[in-house]
Amino acid sequence: MNQIAYIFVSALLINNFTLSYFLGLCPFFGVSSKLETAFRLGLANIFVMVITSLCAWALETFVLVHAPYLRLISFIVVIASTVQFVEMVIKKLSPALFRALGIFLPLITTNCAILALALFQTSRGYGLLEGLVFAVGAGAGLTLALVLMAGLREEAELSDIPSLLRGTAMNLLIAGILSLAFMGFAGLFSQTS
Amino acid sequence: MATTSKDPAQAYAEFIKGLWKENPVFVQVLGMCPALAVTNTAVNGLAMGSATLFVLAMSSLLISSMRKLIPKAVRISTYIIVIATFVTVVDFTLKAAAPLVHRELGAFISLIVVNCLILGRQEAFASKNSVGLAVMDALGMGGGFAFALVLLGGAREILGKGSLFGFPLFGDSFEPWVVMILPPGGFLMLGLILLIFASVAEGRKKLAERVQEREAAE
Repeated sequence: MNQIAYIFVSALLINNFTLSYFLGLCPFFGVSSKLETAFRLGLANIFVMVITSLCAWALETFVLVHAPYLRLISFIVVIASTVQFVEMVIKKLSPALFRALGIFLPLITTNCAILALALFQTSRGYGLLEGLVFAVGAGAGLTLALVLMAGLREEAELSDIPSLLRGTAMNLLIAGILSLAFMGFAGLFSQTS
Repeated sequence: MATTSKDPAQAYAEFIKGLWKENPVFVQVLGMCPALAVTNTAVNGLAMGSATLFVLAMSSLLISSMRKLIPKAVRISTYIIVIATFVTVVDFTLKAAAPLVHRELGAFISLIVVNCLILGRQEAFASKNSVGLAVMDALGMGGGFAFALVLLGGAREILGKGSLFGFPLFGDSFEPWVVMILPPGGFLMLGLILLIFASVAEGRKKLAERVQEREAAE
């Protein structure tokens, strides 16, 4: 049980995918200008991550034992087709949710955090339950980072910032400071483990 | 149809633009994940940069030579599979030839697949141009990417460890700025470099305006 809790907190805070592994930076800088969309994108990410984790576990257990060199190719193909499939299912079952997610759903395919999730999960030898907890934690971590960033950027829009600093440079510096703050979580588990 | 470029000047232009004017990291801000994640030392930056360069050049070569055979509807999946194949080649080669480097870079070698720079060049350039031009473009972009990674890694290593390519630069009295080799340092350093680029560009623009004003006055 402790192990499961550790995996979750570690993926959520200590080794946050965005702020300490630099994964999923494209949406982090690309769609973080509005709080609302950032939050929705985060939710879509959690959703796809959970499904990817399931698929990766199944592939790894039943298929790839016999052909490890196909890992990368099969993962990427599976992720792309899963996202496509999920998109169709959501469209059929819940048009409202589909409209809310919009363009972000297909774009998730090229988000490196998803592929990284599948790769980390296999290289660390997580089982089915551990993998699912890891996926939820990592997805929630991405959402947290996105929402924090979007909030800060909305604030920054209203402040008096030198024109030279506006744009990517400022976003990177904000991200750096956020990442610095998240480093503080590194001490969270040192006493217990 | 696989002719190399008739016009060497154009091939040269395609090559040189990726190195500086359209540098993938500093100007287009593409491929950020690997650019920040593995550049805590100059050596890692160089390894990541050359791995990406190889994958980009080989994929461009293959895709531009098959560009008339690939159906439009499945082109993106085709690119991804071609890229994933070359990444697997790099992954296994590095594991055999340089296990230390492979361990340092870890999963980020596999993650070259989702580097948007590579897919972007296939879609924007290799699928529309001749093999020669596509390879020149890939070499330029890959070279520019590698250059940016080495610059970033070097700067972080100098500040964070007081060394460059593993050789100590300063005496014992140097207190390393450890945060620079940790994750926040990546964001901060790239932010600072972009800031320097922006201020240089701003300065040049002002200079050009002043020259114009003076010419108009005369």
